[in-house]
Amino acid sequence: MTLMNMIQALNAGLFGAMQADDSVLVLGEDVGLNGGVFRVTEGLQKKFGPDRVIDTPLAESAIVGASIGLAIKGFRPVAEIQFSGFAYSAFEQLVSHAARIRNRSRGKFSCPLVVRSPCSGGVRALEHHSESMEALFCHVPGLKVVMPSTPSDAKGLLASAIIDPDPVLFFEPLKLYRLKKEEVSEDHYEIPIGKARLVRPGKHVTVVSYGSMVPECEKAALALSEKGIETEVLDLRSLSPLDFAAVQESVKHTNRLAIVHEAPYSFGVGAEIAARIAERNVLELDAPVVRIAGLDAPMPLSKLEEAYLPNANRIAFEIEKLMNF
Amino acid sequence: MPEKKVFVGDVRFFSVLDESGAVDSKLEPAFSSDELKKLFEWMIQIRAFDDKCVKLQRSGKLGTYLSVLGQEAQVAAALAMEKNDWLVPYFRDNGLILARGAKFEELLAVGGGSEWGSQFSGPNILPVAIPVATQLLHAVGIAWGMKISKEKNAVLVSFGDGATSEGDFHEAMNFAGVFQLPVVFFCQNNQWAISVPRKNQTASETIAQKALGYGFSGVQVDGNDPLAVFVAVSEALKKARQGKGPTLIEMITYRMSDHSTADDASKYRSLQETRAWEKKDPIDRFRKYLKAKKIWTQAWEDRVGQTIRTRIEESMRKAELIPNHPSTDIVDFVFLESTMELLRQREFLEEAGRREKRDDAK
Ligand SMILES: Cc1ncc(C[n+]2csc(CCOP(=O)(O)OP(=O)(O)O)c2C)c(N)n1
Ligand SMILES: [Mg+2]
Repeated sequence: MTLMNMIQALNAGLFGAMQADDSVLVLGEDVGLNGGVFRVTEGLQKKFGPDRVIDTPLAESAIVGASIGLAIKGFRPVAEIQFSGFAYSAFEQLVSHAARIRNRSRGKFSCPLVVRSPCSGGVRALEHHSESMEALFCHVPGLKVVMPSTPSDAKGLLASAIIDPDPVLFFEPLKLYRLKKEEVSEDHYEIPIGKARLVRPGKHVTVVSYGSMVPECEKAALALSEKGIETEVLDLRSLSPLDFAAVQESVKHTNRLAIVHEAPYSFGVGAEIAARIAERNVLELDAPVVRIAGLDAPMPLSKLEEAYLPNANRIAFEIEKLMNF
Repeated sequence: MPEKKVFVGDVRFFSVLDESGAVDSKLEPAFSSDELKKLFEWMIQIRAFDDKCVKLQRSGKLGTYLSVLGQEAQVAAALAMEKNDWLVPYFRDNGLILARGAKFEELLAVGGGSEWGSQFSGPNILPVAIPVATQLLHAVGIAWGMKISKEKNAVLVSFGDGATSEGDFHEAMNFAGVFQLPVVFFCQNNQWAISVPRKNQTASETIAQKALGYGFSGVQVDGNDPLAVFVAVSEALKKARQGKGPTLIEMITYRMSDHSTADDASKYRSLQETRAWEKKDPIDRFRKYLKAKKIWTQAWEDRVGQTIRTRIEESMRKAELIPNHPSTDIVDFVFLESTMELLRQREFLEEAGRREKRDDAK
């Protein structure tokens, strides 16, 4: 075990994967010599050479499109999109090809591709550097979408993403990159895609979250517990596929559900969970489901960022309201 | 059928001043000494402002900042524009934007995290586009509009060498060529796209030659020679206004600073390379030229420098005086007419604001 932040854990994960399997390639803008703008790929080029850790020209569509070809040819590309707000020109490649090549060829071809990308806000960044557009990708049949919130989950999920036979979008909440360190195993281990993590048990209310909002939910849960409200916090870790069984399990004993994400309120991951609960578990609820989310507006620049983002105070306030329903 | 040559390309490099500031008198534009002084003032103004912004970033008053250091001759492109032309800038264009009439405090506002700063004073300046190369297509559309409505104006769109790798660059160039649009593609080749050197960005000898593939001309200019930049941009804009189509200008310059205040260039480029470019500094070079023409004196530069510093200080006070805008701004500009859901979220923002005030009072 070594004390690592999320960047170090991801770096260790990439190291291990490249060492274990020669077909793993890392490519993207500034990932080689510079080690990535957040240093996630630090030292990889030095160790594995410029043929396996590749600084590409500045072209997201080409990075993803060519990675699809590499994957079809038998490689395991781990492509980096420098910020998720710059993934859109690669959207066509992801939606029209990465997500469909297996289905289109009835399994003759496949696309075992990982696209890593920092996402979400909270660091007062420039425009387009704080986007939480994960729901766009979750809506695409044939793509898997994951988003860790801790260093050890990051490493284990990355291992699973790289060996996964299908395309996985791997979002990294950049606010959490250096937020905390924890003991992470140096050995290879996998956190299965599609399994949520119980962050904190509680009997009064379930809070489902992921990514940057998980630490805020934990803080809120702590504050609520002082008021006698025991909050069960679930970190989805995988958004698609979704561990809906874990949500159901929790709601069955708390009978109340709040969903927290910083992505816009409408048409998001929260909507999906709320709809499934309404369809399958509505009789188990003692109160309506609550979504605590960002707003249906472009992510503001830094002056108004705080007003946009949910935080522990707001989460606690909304949950108290939910408890008093 | 015998083989024959079906295409012959021609790309030239153009400069007026050499590195020592000596002028090629055949190419020297007919500027009055006041005009030359103005050009120099703009360059030192941009350098002073840029330096201030880096310091403000360090003290936490500005967000991540992208310095223009070394690329100050870009101001000449703005000075070559006419009032009804349009400027479509990228994120390393503070010089262009200011020389076109925007105010310091506007750039400070954007850098400090307020969308309001993007309403630049000065004619027809679009807000800065951060997604690389995307703005080239907007420039094409604006130029198209000019052509359709038979206006005799042109669009200058600015971008870096890295931008030429994006699909949008090629699609914009292609549209501009096919529709013969009044647009000037102003590529500031500063040799680096963050850590990726120009030679790893494209296998072609020059960026300028890419224009030939789209059916129009491309030219390289010494981008640290403000006179060359002025002449090349003026000619290209004139050609565009006359309905003779687009031009690609590759301005050869150098990014003297880190990519941004969040970057450390020492990780990927040598100090020697940077030092070599220091000798080509656009301001030093232009100063030598003005000195030789007996237009420049140290006393004059000191005086101008003082005025500039005072104006920057004033703008900082003005920027600080701008009241904090209400959080409801977040939802108020999404659409002209808000939606039911956005109005509900607006109420939520107002309520959250009131709650915060109550909590603060406690
Ligand atoms: C579509 C897109 N991808 C990635 C980025 C991140 N990024 C910002 S600037 C930059 C390099 C730009 O290089 P260049 O076009 O040469 O302009 P310069 O910074 O040198 O002025 C990158 C990769 C971005 N802003 N937009
Ligand atoms: Mg560049």
